[in-house]
Amino acid sequence: MNASVIIFYLISAFILSTGIMAVTNRKIFRSAIALLFSLTGIAGLYFWMDVNFIAAVQIIVYVGGIVVLIIFSIFLTQRSGEEMPKPLMKRTVFSVFAVLAGLGLTCNLINQYGFNSSSDQSSAFKADVADIGTQMLSTTEHGFVLPFELVSILLLAALIGCIVIAMKVKQEEK
Amino acid sequence: MNEITITHILFVSTALFFIGMYGLFTRRNMITMLMAVELILNSVNINFVAFNKYQYPGKLDGVFFTIFLITIAAAEAAVAIAIIINLYRSHNSIDVEDASELKY
Repeated sequence: MNASVIIFYLISAFILSTGIMAVTNRKIFRSAIALLFSLTGIAGLYFWMDVNFIAAVQIIVYVGGIVVLIIFSIFLTQRSGEEMPKPLMKRTVFSVFAVLAGLGLTCNLINQYGFNSSSDQSSAFKADVADIGTQMLSTTEHGFVLPFELVSILLLAALIGCIVIAMKVKQEEK
Repeated sequence: MNEITITHILFVSTALFFIGMYGLFTRRNMITMLMAVELILNSVNINFVAFNKYQYPGKLDGVFFTIFLITIAAAEAAVAIAIIINLYRSHNSIDVEDASELKY
């Protein structure tokens, strides 16, 4: 048990406990705050796995963007102090059984598979921002410039779609 | 126990996936269902990075998939919240049981 292992277990316990709080808390605002902590813990797990760029993107996009968007929409649509109604007993029991069955099956499969430690042990894993940027914009065989451009078109489409969906229709027929 | 392998990280991401699944099953409020979907997407991202780090350390493909998934998840959340706010405007409620015009 060295320090790295202990830190991994701490981060995992933090992610899972705040995740459970996010899906079970009946006050919607507390549930959103628990989701924020869970996403921050996932960024910590990325830092633990030495992918600093992904961790930074996770904090910027999820914690700084999506959770703030969710909190805004909670304030626009809900009375956030009130408790949400309890889910039906039958539905809760069914969900717990379904989730436990799926979890048991998947963990069993993962445990039995026995991953090889690595196919090429020679090179150590490193994900520098320079390497990521070079490979992202390269047009050679292993470059990712086509998905990059596609994602930019997708973002533009999402932007226009949001404006169109949320736009108020003018009352012309009066 | 003394060394973290890919199996441990896969256990964590599996547990996170099924926590999100539980939220999707039990919640009937659209914003909380969206939060459960975010948890599920994050568990998938952890999987991509873990496979990249432990199985193919010389490559960066999992990192790129994670970047694109984060982008798509952000776009998805923005569109979903636009739909939710529009639904609230017409129905005065964001409970999925109240929005059943398209059901039959």
